[in-house]
Amino acid sequence: MKLTHDTIERKTGLLIALVIFVVSIGGLVEIVPLFFQKDLIEPVAGLKPYEPLRLVGRDIYVREGCYNCHSQMIRPFRSETERYGPYSVAGEFVYDRPFQWGSKRTGPDLARVGGRYSDEWHRLHFEDPRSVVPESNMPSYAFLNRSIGGADIKARMSALKMLGHPYSQAEIDSAPAALKDKTELDALIAYLQGLGTQIKSIKG
Amino acid sequence: MSSATNTLPTGWAWYVAILTVLSLLWCLWILVNNSKKIEPKDQPELHGQNVWDGLREYDNPLPKWWSNLFYITVIFAVGYLALFPGLAILPGYLGWSSTDRYKKEVAEVNAEVDPIFNAYLKQDVATVANDKGALQIGGRLFQTYCVQCHGSDMRGSKGFPNLVDADWLYPGTPDAIKTTIMDGRVGAMPSFAGQLKPEQIKDVSQFVLTLSGRSASKDAALRGEETFKQICSACHGASGKGNVALGAPNLTDDVWLYSGTAAAIEEAVVKGRAGVMPAQKDQLGEARVHLLAAYVYAQSREAAPKTPAQ
Repeated sequence: MKLTHDTIERKTGLLIALVIFVVSIGGLVEIVPLFFQKDLIEPVAGLKPYEPLRLVGRDIYVREGCYNCHSQMIRPFRSETERYGPYSVAGEFVYDRPFQWGSKRTGPDLARVGGRYSDEWHRLHFEDPRSVVPESNMPSYAFLNRSIGGADIKARMSALKMLGHPYSQAEIDSAPAALKDKTELDALIAYLQGLGTQIKSIKG
Repeated sequence: MSSATNTLPTGWAWYVAILTVLSLLWCLWILVNNSKKIEPKDQPELHGQNVWDGLREYDNPLPKWWSNLFYITVIFAVGYLALFPGLAILPGYLGWSSTDRYKKEVAEVNAEVDPIFNAYLKQDVATVANDKGALQIGGRLFQTYCVQCHGSDMRGSKGFPNLVDADWLYPGTPDAIKTTIMDGRVGAMPSFAGQLKPEQIKDVSQFVLTLSGRSASKDAALRGEETFKQICSACHGASGKGNVALGAPNLTDDVWLYSGTAAAIEEAVVKGRAGVMPAQKDQLGEARVHLLAAYVYAQSREAAPKTPAQ
């Protein structure tokens, strides 16, 4: 059988197989090699897997859809680094599953919001954003002032451990204690206060 | 590799290069192969399937204009791979990388603005505060980095100081303002919940109300005065006028960071207060902080005559 366009167009199964083959080449060339590129897969210096409270905070961030209005990705342009700080690099997100880069900035980028404001500022801002920033159109998250369920924190950490996050068994066992008496707001603030704090300046 | 941080292993770089070149050749091969025109008389009856309602469909090549466009994309790809690091094993003729482009962009702008910033840095803050251009730059910086807490009108909000009321928690001198922005400040009003009984806290709060001439329960205030002298006066002073060296607010004026109600004062005594001004020197650098300090100083100085000085 000669592989002419006539043959391919008449045999649908063959057409499907060849289409999949052709389309996969793009991914094989552009994506697969990145799995083996060191600076993309190794954590930046000082980056640790999320401790329990921050992990819960991250899950709340995802649950509330914060990524719909906030990106976590400072691009390498001067206009961005002047406002937000050093541009983001891949090694900062190795413990993010999935990463929260986002692509919509109704609010500001949060990749380096850690330490930028006090905990108290975040608390007031979540309860009523307009109490600190009158021009803000962010909704109020006062309802987060409730205790963390957190019953499944050990299961969550174990799952991440299976995926390669270096949690020790002791860390997983002590996780519920770390969440005791904490509110969802505490967790979310703890998460935000750690964001992007490993990199303070752009290295030559 | 053009970029020092690019750590794609050599094997994978070759894998990328080979697949990319093969794909290009393959595209060319398909193009050439499907461009040959076969005369209708040479076309066999294609299983009798290419005739519909008496209309015969021939196996014709792609239109010339279309396949020519495809040839152009292949040529473009070759040029692109020569100029840019698309092949992974070669940095490309231009040696382009996104990191280098960023550095170039920053260097270009810095070459333009650094002399301006550095000229201001050589003058002291009070002098810069008289410079119109400096205040314009400072205003822009303020609107970018400071408004989140101090507000776009500089009047702050509950827990975040008003910068234009001529009342200062920490010294309001030009250099002290600069220090505040550079290194940040952390309020240090401790909690007295363990040290004082609830009754004493109520009493001392009533006394604090009288300091700024507010109405308060006389008996309670009298009892509270004793506590104030023993404990609170260490930071707020015997007369309650505060101490800018410690960031202890003046309690005798009508300026309240957390509102001056009896309830708010009691809350401060019970829980303590720890307002945080984050340090900005890492993010902004001294040159920008210098301009910000001048701007804040100029604005507060302008506001000074309208309100009684501390």
